[in-house]
Amino acid sequence: MKSRTNIGKNIDWWLVTIYLVMVFLGWISIYAAVYDEDHKSILDLSQNYGRQLLFIATSFVLALVILLTDTKFFSAFAFPIYILLLFFLVGVLIFGKEIGGSRSWFQIGAFSLQPAEFAKFATNLAVAKYLSSLNMDLKKLKPVLRSALILAIPSLLIFMQNDTGSALVYSSFVFVLYREGLPGEVLVIIFSLIVLFVLALLVKPIFVIGGLGLVTAILIYLSRRNIRNMATLVLILIIASAYVESVSYGFNHFLEPHQQSRINVLLGKDTDVQGAGYNVHQSLIAIGSGGFKGKGFLNGTQTKFNFVPEQSTDFIFCTVGEEWGFVGSMVVVGLFIALLIRLIILSERQRSQFSRIYGYGVVSILFFHFMVNIAMTLGLFPVIGIPLPYFSYGGSSLWSFTILLFIFIKLDSYRLNVL
Amino acid sequence: MIRKKAYENRKVVMIGIIVLTGFILVARLFYVQLINDKYLLSAANNVLRYMTQYPARGNVFDRNKNLMVYNETAYDLMVTPRLVQKIDTLEFCHLIGITKEEFKKKMIRARNYSSYRASVFEEQISKGNFGFIEEKLFKFTGFYVQPRTLRKYPRPTAAHILGYVGEVNPQDIEANPYYKQGDYIGKSGLEKSYEEVIRGKKGLKIKMVDVFNREKGNYMEGKYDTVAIPGNDLYVTIDAELQAYGELLMQNKRGSIVAIEPSTGEILALISSPTYDPNLLIGRVRSKNYNMLSTDTLKPLFNRALLAQYPPGSTFKLVDALIGQQEEVLTTETRYSCGGVGSSPIKCSHNHYSPLNLVEAIEQSCNPYFWNVFRSIIDNRKYKSTTEAYMTWREYVMSFNLGKTFNSDMTVERSGNVPDPACYDKYFGKNSWRSLTIRSLSIGQGVLLVTPLQLAKVTAIIANRGYYYVPHLVRAIGVDGRIIVKNWERKNTMVSQRYFLPVIEGMFRVFNAGHGTARYYSSDSIQMCGKTGTVQNPHGKDHSIFLAFAPKDNPKIAITVIVENAGFGSTYAAPIATLMINKYILREFEKPWFEEKILNTNLNLPN
Repeated sequence: MKSRTNIGKNIDWWLVTIYLVMVFLGWISIYAAVYDEDHKSILDLSQNYGRQLLFIATSFVLALVILLTDTKFFSAFAFPIYILLLFFLVGVLIFGKEIGGSRSWFQIGAFSLQPAEFAKFATNLAVAKYLSSLNMDLKKLKPVLRSALILAIPSLLIFMQNDTGSALVYSSFVFVLYREGLPGEVLVIIFSLIVLFVLALLVKPIFVIGGLGLVTAILIYLSRRNIRNMATLVLILIIASAYVESVSYGFNHFLEPHQQSRINVLLGKDTDVQGAGYNVHQSLIAIGSGGFKGKGFLNGTQTKFNFVPEQSTDFIFCTVGEEWGFVGSMVVVGLFIALLIRLIILSERQRSQFSRIYGYGVVSILFFHFMVNIAMTLGLFPVIGIPLPYFSYGGSSLWSFTILLFIFIKLDSYRLNVL
Repeated sequence: MIRKKAYENRKVVMIGIIVLTGFILVARLFYVQLINDKYLLSAANNVLRYMTQYPARGNVFDRNKNLMVYNETAYDLMVTPRLVQKIDTLEFCHLIGITKEEFKKKMIRARNYSSYRASVFEEQISKGNFGFIEEKLFKFTGFYVQPRTLRKYPRPTAAHILGYVGEVNPQDIEANPYYKQGDYIGKSGLEKSYEEVIRGKKGLKIKMVDVFNREKGNYMEGKYDTVAIPGNDLYVTIDAELQAYGELLMQNKRGSIVAIEPSTGEILALISSPTYDPNLLIGRVRSKNYNMLSTDTLKPLFNRALLAQYPPGSTFKLVDALIGQQEEVLTTETRYSCGGVGSSPIKCSHNHYSPLNLVEAIEQSCNPYFWNVFRSIIDNRKYKSTTEAYMTWREYVMSFNLGKTFNSDMTVERSGNVPDPACYDKYFGKNSWRSLTIRSLSIGQGVLLVTPLQLAKVTAIIANRGYYYVPHLVRAIGVDGRIIVKNWERKNTMVSQRYFLPVIEGMFRVFNAGHGTARYYSSDSIQMCGKTGTVQNPHGKDHSIFLAFAPKDNPKIAITVIVENAGFGSTYAAPIATLMINKYILREFEKPWFEEKILNTNLNLPN
């Protein structure tokens, strides 16, 4: 008899408020980005902002449905939902429409649906379900591998759609695993791999290996009493050098030229402002020219004249940067940080493991998107197609992020009922 | 929930990472928005305009440094659809000179390409009005004028050699990302084969433009600008005056003329008739004129000099004369009769006494003589079978560069055809054919095919007494004014130098002896050598061919003329060749009686 009247109780209104604010800000940013003298009405359905309103309205319906659903539904049906999405991911490879080089959309009448977006919360459910099982110990190899498998399958399927960005999202789950016991060393190793990766591309591999050699030599000297440590250090050096070499080799031999250029542009090695560097250059100009206060709503010239490609989707942050300046940008960054920290606090107070793990999943996914997307617009990360949650235009994106969040809100509202 | 407590501290790490990332982003924002003014466009709300700086394409000069192709500035009207606000369409159309429908169509096309990148709205706006238009453009935001260069030809000659320039197609862009839509690329001839040399390098200027469409200066003081580098000039081997004269002589006739300087392989003239005025394929009028030319039944776009294949006819006798001597089945004293029994299996088409020796047989182009020469080569007891003999013969022929292509600087070429023994095997049965079966080869008919360029090469070989340089069109490329000359290979044939002398003597007599087939065209001031050819063909009247070189010693020019469906070699090809030789060597000369006749002959009229 958990009756309907209990919906209002125990819902975390902070989360809901932040969500609503973001969605609203996103909506008016899209309006500014796509603004067209001929279609001034914000409700115009032929324009992105009109459609986004439709998506927002339907998202509210989805949110409501989730809040009305029995909490147990989510943990009970975690795996079936996950498998269902995997089917869709396979299906889109066969039946999907090809847009912009990737085959990631189902076209149903006038609507397009992107299964990759929905796979995010589905995988979150599956991971949460798996990790919440009895005697789960992430210090052992088998559970780690199995978790990796749950993540790898959708990631690979999405990669096959040629949507590298969305495939990379699944790497963010490492934070979930870490919170549930994955040894911290793994995090350190992954971090080092990333640093070495960047270094290997920035400077010649020889220099990187040289630098590593120097560091190893110092460490060996410091632990010269301990043969075992020295041996380990040498082993690490060898492995690291091989890694650096293979990164360099892989970059030159396995990446497509346009992917290579994107990375080169990022590293500052290539300033082709009309080619691969164009998007980022335009983005930086848009954001940079916002100054402190911004140019004002609907006054962004770069925005108005559409110099930034993909401005209502991947590069939506440019509109914020140009029209609302540093102040506005800080507000948006602040909102995201507030959202994430609030989610962590709430996750920690969960009694059910499933809920806590799911919550951390929400944090990881949102963090990845928010960090990568904004870094992309600021020239700090290569351009991969990642939307800014709740801001970027798109039905599939908004719906799936809404579902992602509201499942947690529902789980959280029920936390006191868990034994 | 032991686990929960065990790892609860890790939330600190999580929060730490999030906050750290937040700081990094904020710091970057701070830098980009507040500190570094690289990205700040001034308060006047400027936008950036990316103007491609098109380089001047290399000029083309002839061997005497006369200009054959140069560049003229033209102005394209560019549009950036997103920037086009409400404009007075009527005034705009009136200014540019288009109709309202055309305006709509062009705007749609521009929007389809990209609404935020500039594209060509109208090509080459009228030069006279350009200044006036540019002044008024401020009223029409989103439009601006972009200068570029178009090709211009001071003389309407050498269209096939020079080729033409057109817009890139998607395949070109995919093959080489240097090209963007709207760029020009060489499509045929030298414009194409030397594209990378003469195109130069595009530059870029990024200008700041305010909302009133006025240029306010260079973005970042030109930090991102690059200078356009003009293309290299080409110095071709062609003699423009000779070329023009040859085209004049070939007007109203179909065929080609190829003239080479034997000592270097440089091509002095390469004429394919009918030809066309290269100025037809420039800029705006190109598509329309191209359609007109490509549907012309006489095929003016087809370069006959390089691509048309004909049986060589009697001119091929020279090659057999050389092979026969080298194979030692033929000497200057060998005689064959051509009347009576000698008139089978091939009859002689000329009236002369018989039997003739080698030199006389060339002079009078005796068919049975050369049938016997050919037979003696193929039936030589030295070889175990006809096939083996034939293959040796074929090797000789191919050493004259017939039946195969060569690597030169032209975009297209044909190899002609020197039949493979396998082809005869298939037709007649393996080992079932003899010299008699393939006798048509002896008079240069049958399935033997050559291009005019190949025949000119043979002429040059004979002029040189046994070798040739690969024929080419470009002698030098001007790089910053320094002339770079490519070194072309010398190729030897399989026939020794001494065997060429009687052949040359025979060719000399073609002009200067009593029964020479071109004796009406001899000249007092130049010692010319030549050979006529009359080629049967299934499509109509015989083709008229003539090979010649002059002067006999230290030759300066080797030339081949082919006039389609014109009858005897001596009727049209020979006089044309003679006139060309006179023109090249003497420059100014008293026009002989036959010049006017040639100029006024129209062989394209239905008879």
